[in-house]
Amino acid sequence: MEMKGIIMDGISTSFNIKDTLLKLFDDNIGSLSEKDTPEIAEMRRKAIAVFARQGFPHTKLEKWRNTDLSKVLNHDFSFPMEPQTQDVNFEEIFRCDVPGFDTHMISQLNGCFIDRGKTLLQANTGVIACSMAEAFIRHKDHIINHFGKYASISDNGLTALNTAFARDGVFIYVPDNTEVEEIIQVVNLIHSEGDIFVQPRNLVILGRNSSLKLVQCDDSVDDNTGFINSVTEVVLSEGSRLDHYKLQNKNNRSALINNIYFHLEAGANLSTNAISLNGGLIRNEANVKLNGRGAHADILGVYLMDRNQHIDNQVFVDHAQPDCTSNELFKGILDDQASGVFNGHILVRQDAQRTNAYQNNKNILISDKAVIDTRPFLEIYADDVKCSHGATVGQLDSEAMFYLRSRGISMENARMLLMYAFAAEIVNRISIPRLKQRIDDLVKKRLRGELSICEQCVLHCSTKEQKVVFDIDMSKV
Amino acid sequence: MEKDPNNILDEVTQGEYKYGFYTDIEMDTAPMGLSEDTVRFISAKKNEPEWLLQYRLDAYRKWLVMTEPTWAHIHHAPINYQDIFYYAAPKRKKELTNLDEVDPELIETFNKLGISLEEQKRLTGVAVDAVIDSVSVKTTFTETLEKQGIIFCSFSEAVQKVPELVKQYLGTVVPSDDNYFAALNSAVFSDGSFCYIPKGVRCPIELSTYFRINAANTGQFERTLIIGDEGSYVSYMEGCTAPMRDENQLHAAIVEIIALKDAQVKYSTVQNWYPGNKKGEGGIYNFVTKRGICKGNNSKISWTQVETGSAITWKYPSVVLMGDNSVGEFYSVAVTNNFQQADTGSKMIHLGKNTKSTIISKGISAGQSSNSYRGLVKMTKRAENSRNFSQCDSLLLGDRCGAHTFPYIKTENKTSIVEHEATTSKISDDQLFYCNQRGISTESAIGLIVNGYAREVLKQLPMEFAVEAQKLLSISLEGSVG
Repeated sequence: MEMKGIIMDGISTSFNIKDTLLKLFDDNIGSLSEKDTPEIAEMRRKAIAVFARQGFPHTKLEKWRNTDLSKVLNHDFSFPMEPQTQDVNFEEIFRCDVPGFDTHMISQLNGCFIDRGKTLLQANTGVIACSMAEAFIRHKDHIINHFGKYASISDNGLTALNTAFARDGVFIYVPDNTEVEEIIQVVNLIHSEGDIFVQPRNLVILGRNSSLKLVQCDDSVDDNTGFINSVTEVVLSEGSRLDHYKLQNKNNRSALINNIYFHLEAGANLSTNAISLNGGLIRNEANVKLNGRGAHADILGVYLMDRNQHIDNQVFVDHAQPDCTSNELFKGILDDQASGVFNGHILVRQDAQRTNAYQNNKNILISDKAVIDTRPFLEIYADDVKCSHGATVGQLDSEAMFYLRSRGISMENARMLLMYAFAAEIVNRISIPRLKQRIDDLVKKRLRGELSICEQCVLHCSTKEQKVVFDIDMSKV
Repeated sequence: MEKDPNNILDEVTQGEYKYGFYTDIEMDTAPMGLSEDTVRFISAKKNEPEWLLQYRLDAYRKWLVMTEPTWAHIHHAPINYQDIFYYAAPKRKKELTNLDEVDPELIETFNKLGISLEEQKRLTGVAVDAVIDSVSVKTTFTETLEKQGIIFCSFSEAVQKVPELVKQYLGTVVPSDDNYFAALNSAVFSDGSFCYIPKGVRCPIELSTYFRINAANTGQFERTLIIGDEGSYVSYMEGCTAPMRDENQLHAAIVEIIALKDAQVKYSTVQNWYPGNKKGEGGIYNFVTKRGICKGNNSKISWTQVETGSAITWKYPSVVLMGDNSVGEFYSVAVTNNFQQADTGSKMIHLGKNTKSTIISKGISAGQSSNSYRGLVKMTKRAENSRNFSQCDSLLLGDRCGAHTFPYIKTENKTSIVEHEATTSKISDDQLFYCNQRGISTESAIGLIVNGYAREVLKQLPMEFAVEAQKLLSISLEGSVG
């Protein structure tokens, strides 16, 4: 059936979201910019101009060749400008069921921070975890110093759009020489009557020699279409350390664009781990700038997709200063008609000598209809470097399979075992024991296909926790 | 034949582009600029049949609406396509029947290039098709080949002699609207080589084409078409040089290879176009489309290239693996120095079952140059049990150059295996120290290490080329260390 389409910069949809958003901006510029400094008001205007010019990314753009947004944008979205929290039972939906996973939970509903009256244990030492809306008023100095400084709007229409509408989200600040003992968990839920388009904006600032463990969870609680255009800026000052996890377990009708900009100063250490278990369309863009000597980044990810799901991991590592190291490892298993994209790009600038960068992407295709596109790029302008990258696509190792089968393990179990071992390389690197155990269980469930049937979300399933075991006795293998 | 080692050393350390001379040959040129009239002029000059003129005009019209690609990692001043002679041929006084009648200036040119047509004919047993500016001037060994049924001649000759073969295969591998430069070539290609190996024939000698740009402000647009019929084998070599000039010259060629059932085609290139001077002035802009198709089952196409010249190289020799069990190979050494820019690599499109491809690419960048590998490996749904292995290494000599790797991998079935690995590094101080310690100067040590690094590819070259390529490597890198 031919639909009456509107051509929106290369994307054909029946709803002109671009114009709606531009109008929305014009109508709300007053309330959006109300608390802004002149610089930020100016930034918003520039950002919306960039969006007006570039629009939504389409498949003619090199970076979007394999991720088509036209389908997920083709909905009659609502664009909430205020939190709609009237008839929501927070206790019901924000309920972490990771056994013994003790975190300071920050709840975000439809991109808005929900104040549930909790305070951080270390609030008195100056650690801040509040809404961006509040930060715009009460922590102006931090906002002026860091907001929009790392998320470049000029070459990314979606980041520009987010910047123009940036209003709410999570703000975290850790003062110098402070170790945050609690794990901060940000749970980002979408719950609405109809199709919804939200744009959370987060800012995380780590002072010198501080450390933080941050878990970001993206879940759906119902089956409505959500389009999330999220931008997070993270600053790691000298000698600071961040353990960061992204857990993505969304319904199949949702689209999640996750842009993160990490800025690392000298000696800073970043470990970020993207675990994508479910979701209609997920695109993770991790931009890591190593801006001081001795900075190190581990960028890891695992994705397990099936049905018509689409996962896109874009990693850009910018070695701007000498003596930095980075390590990327992404592993994925794709089943059914799922499609995956990996686009890694390491840039070593001219004087970034003694850089050591490693990049690897491994994929397993389980079905003949699954597709993977992988592009591990290296762009190097310094000579004293060690850079290597690798990419493999294949099926389960037939020899390993034979080994297991010859020992009486059924095809199904052997397959599961090998896939589990494949994903374990990433899962084993999770440094929070409770979380690791939980994700381990989830991966097993995911591989058995249970997750998509009985559970809607990663950390708040309504079924009783059950231990997942293999049919076979592992100790005998 | 032994050479005095001192001479070799001198040769190597001179380090200048030695093919930069210019020969004063009377030229027959088309009016400058590009229009439908130019296309008609070239076609008329070659006395081409109507269908070929239409093919050219069609390509020209397509080219008009196309835009120059900008995705490659290269930068250059815009090319003025109206500022180029699209046809320049050495003026012929009469039809050539034997070598004695060739313009003595021309013979001198080829002697200077180290390809004495006469000598080559006798000594090396290599059949040479020499193409100067745009026109094939002399093909040697034709008769020997004819006995076997092999057709090896200039493209325009083929159009006259075997039009049905040309018509059947021209543009089937690289369609006229494949890309901007392919469309340009399809419209104005002036000459090139044509080669047909009949069923079951193993070509007894290496076939070779020598390209030379001579005249100023000309572009060279040659077209090579190689057809390996069922069960045949051929090894084909291509070499090229150009004079030193301050302005840039355009070279946009097309090479099409068709390998039918059980056929094997091996194509080797030593590309030594003038790379520009040390300040980055002048040099050839080399925008080339090379593609082969393994049409029949069990066929094989192998590309080997040594890229040392050109100010800009934009070249992706590809293989479409259509027949089941077919094999594609790509071996490349690309050296850039001074201000050279290379964006080169390969495409392997797997369509048939059990197809295999290998990509070995070694980039060496020095000076302020930029050297990129860009490649695509695509496993389509039908290409069950296919296999690819790619290795792309880059060596950096100097802290002002760039080495980049842009691989694209797309897999659409579950039984294929694709592996890609790449490394980028410099020559380690340990290695240099080891050599120095044993009395090998730093310069020679680097030569040694670079040759060792490129060995995997160089050993794929036919013997005649391997020697030349090794020498070229040292010359290209001369003075880049210090």
